[in-house]
Amino acid sequence: MNRNQWIVLVLVALLLAAFPMTGSTFYTQLITKTMILAIFAMSLDLLVGYTGLVSLGHAAFYGLAGYTLALVQPKYDPMSIFITLPAALAACALFALVTGWLVLRTRGIYFIMATLAFAQMAYFVFHDTGLGGGSDGIYVNNKPVVGVGGTKLLDLDDRAQFYYLVLVTMLVTYLLLRRMLDSNFGRALAGIRVNEHRMRAIGFPVARYQLGIYVLSGTLAGLSGYFAALQFGFVNPEILSWHHSGAALMMVILGGMGTLHGSIVGAFVFVLVEDLFKDQGVFGAFAKHWQLMMGALVVLVAVFLPRGLAGLGAVLRRRRAPETAAVTTTASPAPTGATPTGRASAAGPSTDARDA
Amino acid sequence: MDFAASILIQLLNSVQYGLLLFLVASGLTLIFGIMGVINLAHGSFYMVGAYLAWSLASMTGNLLTAILLGLVLSVALGLLLEWLLIRHFYERDHLYQVLLTYGLILVFEELRSIIWGDDVQSATVPALFAHSIPLTDTLSYPVYRLMMSAACLLVALGMYLLIRRTRLGMTIRAGAHSRELVESLGINVRLLFQLVFALGVALASFAGMLAAPVSSVYPNMGGQVLIICFVVVVIGGIGSIRGALIASLLIGLVETFGQVFLPAVAGMLTYLLMALVLILRPQGLFGKA
Repeated sequence: MNRNQWIVLVLVALLLAAFPMTGSTFYTQLITKTMILAIFAMSLDLLVGYTGLVSLGHAAFYGLAGYTLALVQPKYDPMSIFITLPAALAACALFALVTGWLVLRTRGIYFIMATLAFAQMAYFVFHDTGLGGGSDGIYVNNKPVVGVGGTKLLDLDDRAQFYYLVLVTMLVTYLLLRRMLDSNFGRALAGIRVNEHRMRAIGFPVARYQLGIYVLSGTLAGLSGYFAALQFGFVNPEILSWHHSGAALMMVILGGMGTLHGSIVGAFVFVLVEDLFKDQGVFGAFAKHWQLMMGALVVLVAVFLPRGLAGLGAVLRRRRAPETAAVTTTASPAPTGATPTGRASAAGPSTDARDA
Repeated sequence: MDFAASILIQLLNSVQYGLLLFLVASGLTLIFGIMGVINLAHGSFYMVGAYLAWSLASMTGNLLTAILLGLVLSVALGLLLEWLLIRHFYERDHLYQVLLTYGLILVFEELRSIIWGDDVQSATVPALFAHSIPLTDTLSYPVYRLMMSAACLLVALGMYLLIRRTRLGMTIRAGAHSRELVESLGINVRLLFQLVFALGVALASFAGMLAAPVSSVYPNMGGQVLIICFVVVVIGGIGSIRGALIASLLIGLVETFGQVFLPAVAGMLTYLLMALVLILRPQGLFGKA
């Protein structure tokens, strides 16, 4: 990270840290939820943006961690977070290891379908069996205890303390991932994204790298799911559903994939826009149909903003300068002239699939 | 005797379910195999079909008229969608096709809620097929379900003939192989692809219409079908119509008999089957390596 990035990061961290002082409980809660989703989106960006693996089953990890917390936690006695959190993460890592081993045998469109199908399998386990209360879901009866020995370090029932715990987790996650991606491991991932076969030819254990990042990504998604279950005190099968995976994909692309901070921006924009669409003060009775507006927005982003908000400037500039747009259009073999930039940044998975 | 008859009933059910899946999955695999587009909204077309059948049947009082009208509307929907959106995504990464069609699902679900409401509906079986064939003293099999299977088989046969035996089918196959080459022969590939997409929409919608009287018509009914169809395509091999047929029938058998003999894990069996195929033959039973 360069100096400017550090400055932006510190400013954002200070702003978020100061926010609860506004006293708005509703928005403090909303931002807590958003920061949890930002961790979720970052974990997906590791796969989609950095490794070129488009997963459509990421919500499975999110939900699995929540369910693990709900099931491990005894009904009356609160348990230590140092037991429930590792248990939830281990469950996700194990699920990622097994399904990852299977789905990574496929590429491209197969990978998308197979990840979705395994996530749906997890959905059915919780939806159709009595394990987690079926379709009604199950309560997380007690918040885990955060403490060493007899001293309590944090009170998770306290909304402000929980807010800061999530904020710190999000920032630490971001910094650790940034460090990892700037390391040799991160560069190898980029190589795999661009050309898997070449990396294999050079001698990189591509399969092991991919499985490694898949497990890491799934575990991290589990971390966010664990926090979400803590915040809402409740889990139901819907958190594993593919709509949730699709929403995460939208956040990643909206903010600009393969950038990590884009996932944080994407999560914030996504939640705020959704909140806006649901606002009856703005849309009146039509707010009931917020999903229609959200769907239309997703379609528009797919059509016009392949690089997300980060690419917004480029799109607008092209509109204003039609001559340059004409040049790029003729240079691009794609039938659509609107998005010649999108190809270059996202050529990873599909070109690999076609090479094979 | 009763045991044999009940096995026969389950067998007929699984074939009927498998064939219905095939109609939806074949459209999915056709659109991917020929145009390279992954279409998550395919399940929505199934739902649209079911709602069209139900609402048109209650308007016209006749399911068969409703199906004919519904097919015309579905083809129109397919042509429109291809022209408006899908056309611009042929050359783009699957990621954006996923995002686009995910957005379309949300749009279709909400439009369904606005137009038809959120209640569970049921279409009535046409009087002509409303009786059952007695198998034993106590067990019988509804004629409508047999008609469903027959209709699916007819469509499958028609599709086979269309793709393998007609000039149009030959052009479609050639277009899938090399778009530029076919274009240079003076054939309008754009129109060709538009037709294929509309055909895919019509297939999914037709399946929904056929299913409307037996499975009832309800919100989000497309999602479940879509995911099972993904499993069909993964097992059968992408782009392979024959693979889709075999995999659909296989899943029909596994799901139906799973529910009879292993009800506790029935929901999982299909996915375990997929896992098995991924281990043994990751490209699918009929996929090219």
